[in-house]
Amino acid sequence: MGDHLGLIWERFTQHLELTVIPVALGFVVALVIAVAVLHRPRAYAIIISVTGILYTIPSLAAFLLVSRFTGLSILTAIIPLTTYTLLILVRGIVAGFQAVPPDVIEAATGMGYTGRQRLLGVELPLAVPLMVAAIRLATVTTIGLATVAAILGDTYGGFGQFLTEGLQTFFPTKIYLGAGLSVLFAVVADLVLVRVERWATPWARARAGAR
Amino acid sequence: MPSFISWLADPAHWSGADGVPTRVLEHIEISGSAVLVALLIGLPVGLWIGHTGRGATAAINIANIGRAIPSYALMGMILPISLSIGSELYWLSVVPVFVAMTALAVPPILVGAYAGLREVDRDLIEAARGMGLREGQILRGIEIPLAAPVIVGGIRTAVLQVIATATIGAIISGGGLGRYIFDGLLLPDIPRVEAGAVLIAALAIGVDILLAGVQRVLTPSPLRSPARTPEPPDVPGEPPPTGARALVRAIGG
Repeated sequence: MGDHLGLIWERFTQHLELTVIPVALGFVVALVIAVAVLHRPRAYAIIISVTGILYTIPSLAAFLLVSRFTGLSILTAIIPLTTYTLLILVRGIVAGFQAVPPDVIEAATGMGYTGRQRLLGVELPLAVPLMVAAIRLATVTTIGLATVAAILGDTYGGFGQFLTEGLQTFFPTKIYLGAGLSVLFAVVADLVLVRVERWATPWARARAGAR
Repeated sequence: MPSFISWLADPAHWSGADGVPTRVLEHIEISGSAVLVALLIGLPVGLWIGHTGRGATAAINIANIGRAIPSYALMGMILPISLSIGSELYWLSVVPVFVAMTALAVPPILVGAYAGLREVDRDLIEAARGMGLREGQILRGIEIPLAAPVIVGGIRTAVLQVIATATIGAIISGGGLGRYIFDGLLLPDIPRVEAGAVLIAALAIGVDILLAGVQRVLTPSPLRSPARTPEPPDVPGEPPPTGARALVRAIGG
């Protein structure tokens, strides 16, 4: 029993790694892209098409194709998982910036904010709710896709490793364990991010309380 | 030259029961029938929820849970059931796979239909009611056309999900392009695995481009613009969607 708990913990840390790295990496890349294309609708349309095509590639195929170049390293899982998050995150971040009321931007400009100060001090914080919504979606999606990465081998398998082993040995208990744990992980991660959003947007709470 | 290109260039791989055309057709057949059944379930329910506004919270929650269940895990859970039915009854053992694929496709279709209808300007519908249009006429004549891009967006998501899942379903059902991947991994014959992966990616991208075209055609022309993404239009003066609504929007698109 103790051994099993140890194994589950090990798989959990792997799965956590397979989720946090792609989402964090994807967020940084998406933020840079989003700021770059924010006022260029054509560039935005192109970026959405490109990330859309990347998103379209089934995960199993993507892992196997990337493994050709990276061998069987953690990069093989990280690269496709990161590219998958881009579509959701770029859209969410751009939508977040677009949701900032024009009056607020005008007021900030009137107060003498430079473009950069306005971006960091006004637009970015106000874009947080939609950004977090996108991060939530990207996280839950990545947790699901990461289970497929187990097909590459057991070093970075996460909970998907239980699925793969269960399938190979026709041992249903392991399959249910792997499936149950990854769903549980996704639900808990989503709840944690909801808390993060509440913490990051104190003004929204104040407004809700004032009503 | 990557080995999968020479694999694909070999004419021997383009004929017979294990040939590329057969496998591609199988993949389309499996995915298409699952999407069809999902449409028959998801569209009416989604349209009803969107039109009446009843059961919206339940719909969003179901969709979120649907998102959280990895397709690989769902297939994994289905496998023991399929195996217990036994391979003598081949068609019966495929039923669970089919059910699983349909179950994955219903939430995005349902949410797309629901979210699309919800985004339609309420004043417009009130005006139509005032003009004496019946509920069915409002749904057919106003809500569905205006919501069409979002509805098709949900269907696109569902189709991609199903094409990807059909790959994993090949372990059980025995057909489709996933066969190349699993046979290739067992043998092992890596060029075959890679050829399978390339074909699946190409099929998914091709079908998605096709549906993007359908989405464009179905979008009423005033809503079309070169920079338009398949996202629902923002209604001026309305607060931007946050939280659950933003999520619904993203899933639907």
